[in-house]
Amino acid sequence: MFDAIRLYCQYFRVSVQAQMQYRVSFVLLTLSQFLTTGIEFVAIWALFDRFGSIKGWTLPEVALFYSLAHIAFAFADALGRGFDRMDQFVRNGELDRLLLRPRSVALQVAGSELILRRVGRLAQALVVLVWAVGELDVAWSAVKILLLLSVIGGGTCFFYALFVLHATLALWTVESLEITAAFTYGGVQTAQYPLTIYRPWFRRFFTVVLPMACVTYFPVLALLEKPDPLGSSEVFQWMAPAGGVLFLAVALQIWRIGLKHYTSTGS
Amino acid sequence: MRPYLAVLSARFRTLLQYRVAAVAGFATQICWGFIRFMTFEAFYRSTDAVPPMTYEEMVAYVWLGQALLGMLPWNPDAEVRDMIRSGAVAYELARPVDLYGYWYARAVALRLAPLMLRTLPVLVLAWLFFDMPLPADPEAAFAWLAATVLAIAVSAAMTTLITLSMLWSVSGEGISNLMTIVVMVCSGMIIPLPLFPDWAQPVLNTLPFRALMDGPFRLYSGHIPLDEAMAVFAHQVIWLALLIRLGRFLLRRGVHRLVVKGG
Repeated sequence: MFDAIRLYCQYFRVSVQAQMQYRVSFVLLTLSQFLTTGIEFVAIWALFDRFGSIKGWTLPEVALFYSLAHIAFAFADALGRGFDRMDQFVRNGELDRLLLRPRSVALQVAGSELILRRVGRLAQALVVLVWAVGELDVAWSAVKILLLLSVIGGGTCFFYALFVLHATLALWTVESLEITAAFTYGGVQTAQYPLTIYRPWFRRFFTVVLPMACVTYFPVLALLEKPDPLGSSEVFQWMAPAGGVLFLAVALQIWRIGLKHYTSTGS
Repeated sequence: MRPYLAVLSARFRTLLQYRVAAVAGFATQICWGFIRFMTFEAFYRSTDAVPPMTYEEMVAYVWLGQALLGMLPWNPDAEVRDMIRSGAVAYELARPVDLYGYWYARAVALRLAPLMLRTLPVLVLAWLFFDMPLPADPEAAFAWLAATVLAIAVSAAMTTLITLSMLWSVSGEGISNLMTIVVMVCSGMIIPLPLFPDWAQPVLNTLPFRALMDGPFRLYSGHIPLDEAMAVFAHQVIWLALLIRLGRFLLRRGVHRLVVKGG
C-alpha cells in the first residue's frame, strides 16, 4: 500500500515536471479554464439578477452548491484524466503493456496523466466558495469544516468513480462514447443547483442510481442547517458524503470485472 | 461558383462519416438540454416578476439552442490549421480558385454537417416531450429559417477568421478557448440574451454574436414580431459583410508575409 502511494507520487512528479516545461502555455490554458468555467457562474448570477430566487433558494446558497460541485469535479478531473483517455489505451495497445507490469492497472492508469491546468476551474470555484461563505450566515465550527472537507472528498470520489466507469465502458466499446459526458459534465451541471429544483424522477436518478445528492445536496443542507423539503434526516445528511467513497469502491470493483473480460484489440 | 460548391459537398460527406458518434452526441445533447430546461423552468416557477420573455418563448429558445449548438464558430478548420503548420498551405495557394472563397466553403460544410444529424431529432423530441412550442405562425417559421441560413453564413465567416488567425498563432488553442467563451455567452447559448440585465442589452444587441442564435430564435417564437424581422436580417447581413471583408483583408496580409521553406 505504502509502496503504491510512493509510486503514485512519483507519477505525479513526472507529470508536473513535464507540464512545467511549457510554462507560458500552462499559464494561458489555466487562465482560459478559469474563464470558461467561471462563465457558468456569471450566467447563474445573471439569472438571479433577473428572477431573485429559485424555488426559495438564494444566490449565496446556490453559490455554495456550485462551488463545492466544481471543486470536487476539478480534483477528479485533474487526477482521473488517465481513465478519461482509456479508449486510446485500448486502441493503441498500451493497456496490454500496463497489464504486463506487476502493478495494479488502475494505479498505472490513474498515474498516467495529471492535468495541472484544472487548477483554473479549482481557483474559480474557490473564489465563489469564499464569496458564498462570506455572504451566508453559517455558524462555522470544527465539525462543520470537517463536513465541508468531506463533501469535497466525497464529491471527488463520486466524479472519479464516473471516470472509472467511463473507462470500463471503453474496454468493450473501444471507441470512447460521448454519452458518458452526459453524466460527468451533466453531473456537475446538475450539482450546481439544489436538488429540489428538478423533476422527481430526475432527483431519484441522481440519488439512487448515481449518488450525487449524497455528496452535494444532503451534506450542504446540514452545513446550512436548513430543513430538507424532501424530508431527509439530519443524521443521514451528516453521513451522506460516505456515499461518494462507497460509489468509488463499487466502480473500481466493476472496473476489475471489466478488466478480467478484456480482450485486446489486436494488431 | 462550381468549385466552391464541390468542395462544400465533398467536405460535407467526409464530416458525415461518424454516425455512431453522432447518435451518442445526440443523446448527450438531450440530457444537457433537459437539465438546462429544468433550471430555467424552476426560475420561471419561482418568480412573481414578469420576465422579459414568456415561458414558452424561453422553452423554444433553450431547445433551439440545443438543436443548433453544432453550428457555433468556436474552433478553426483543423485541416487548414495543420496545413498552415506543416507548410502544405503552399499547395492551397497554388489552386486556381479564390482562396478565401475556398476556405469559406469548407467552413460552411464544417458548420452545417453537425446540424444534419442532430437538429431535427432534437427538435422532434423537444416538440413531443419537453413543452417545445411550434413556431408562432407560418410567417415566423419562414423568418426563422431565413435568419438561420444567414446565421450559418455568419458562423462560417467567423470560423474562417479563426482559421486565418492560425497564420499568426501556433496552436490555436488560445483562440479557440477564448472564442468558446465569447460565442457561448454572447450568442445566447448559455442563457437567452433577453434575460441578461437590461444595461447589458444594447451591447449584446450590437455584437455580431447575436446573429448566430438570438435573432433567429426570437423570430421563431414571435418574441421579435415580424415587422421587426428586417432589423434582425439587416444586423446579420451587415456583420456578414464586415466579417468577410475583414477575412479577405487578413488573408491578403497573411499570405503576403507567409514564408514556406523547403522544396
